[in-house]
Amino acid sequence: MTHIEMTVNGDKRSDEVEPRLLLVHYLREVLGLRAANVGCDTTSCGACTVLLDGESVKSCTVLAVQASGHEVTTTEGLSGDGELHPVQAAFRQNHGLQCGFCTPGMVMAAVGLLAENPHPTEAEVREGLEGNFCRCTGYHNIIRAVLAAADTEQGQANAEVSA
Amino acid sequence: MIPAQFDYVAAESATHALGLLAQHGDDAKLLAGGHSLLPMMKLRLAQPEVLIDIGGLTELAGVSVDGEALVIGATTRHADLAASDLVRAEAPLLAYAASQVGDPQIRHRGTIGGSLSHADPAADLPMALVALGGSVELLGPGGSRTVSADDFFLGFFETAMQPDELLTAIRIPRRPGVPWGYQKFVRRANDWAIVGVAAVDGRIALANMGPKPLRATAAEEALAAGASAAEAAQHAAEGTSPGEDIHADREYRRHLAKVLTRRALEHETA
Repeated sequence: MTHIEMTVNGDKRSDEVEPRLLLVHYLREVLGLRAANVGCDTTSCGACTVLLDGESVKSCTVLAVQASGHEVTTTEGLSGDGELHPVQAAFRQNHGLQCGFCTPGMVMAAVGLLAENPHPTEAEVREGLEGNFCRCTGYHNIIRAVLAAADTEQGQANAEVSA
Repeated sequence: MIPAQFDYVAAESATHALGLLAQHGDDAKLLAGGHSLLPMMKLRLAQPEVLIDIGGLTELAGVSVDGEALVIGATTRHADLAASDLVRAEAPLLAYAASQVGDPQIRHRGTIGGSLSHADPAADLPMALVALGGSVELLGPGGSRTVSADDFFLGFFETAMQPDELLTAIRIPRRPGVPWGYQKFVRRANDWAIVGVAAVDGRIALANMGPKPLRATAAEEALAAGASAAEAAQHAAEGTSPGEDIHADREYRRHLAKVLTRRALEHETA
């Protein structure tokens, strides 16, 4: 067993874990944070996306021991005081989901994208979400949601159209 | 999918990692971003008994200039390589190749040293290293040695690196303003190249046209003799040995190599 310490959604956590424990399993099974889903389990689909030190990563391909000493944010950590995060609100407003399975990963990938590029073009949003699959193929509304959340004229215009 | 059991050691320095490698030999594997190794371990294609984590070693990360060469630390991530002003100015093909690896999440974790060590013949960075005429620095018990890209890749997932060696850095000739072209043919987002072509300054490298990244030497010779891009590209598949899979048979890959080489040469940017 290996001792790990990390900050998850602002809370300090420490545990003894097997080195082979994947970050996504640590979050879901040890901490009970079940927003990040295990989809493909092969670094392809992005359903398990979380932020590691503010950057999007696929938590099915990160060992919990690799995240030790770092900061992890899951979808549960986005909203505060009952208020939805702007990206979550935009997904709701623009109906950026169908079955919802990919949504936590999409939201975290979008939050990571907007942190790196606050004013993306539509093409940059599409490229920026290439690591996240929606098997309902609801991509159009997802793109609209991310653009709406972004502080861009195009995003504002999209938000107005949807309202 | 869960990897088989292993012991985990976070290396405190490159020297420490080297000592651990010497101690554990073939039973140990180096871990940095883990984006080649962990998927193999989850599929139980790799079952190392010890993982030596060098991901936290800042001494192995970063980009610097050493005379005529760019020196890139082995644990430099794809995202950092793609965003580096220095790399974009001095070796733009490498920055672009890094931006084409996988997807944003993968580029936040994967490292250049890991990708080169893994030596997937379909991958972006091995092809880029061959096209750029770069080299790798390998640190072993007897000291450091430099191996050129052409000599580093030996075969299918096979390199000249020994089990007791650590890839510490990559050296790339500085070539600001030199025209380059890059073509990667994929059917799905974030996929491996069905065929890839990287061309820079008369050198042409191919991905997924054989067991390792290959030089299109016949096409290079034609270019050197004054052939046009379209004429030279007709020779791009000579001497290659592409495999067949669900995406493409051999003939289709040979066809792609010619078309993509022509496009890479015709659409070169400086």
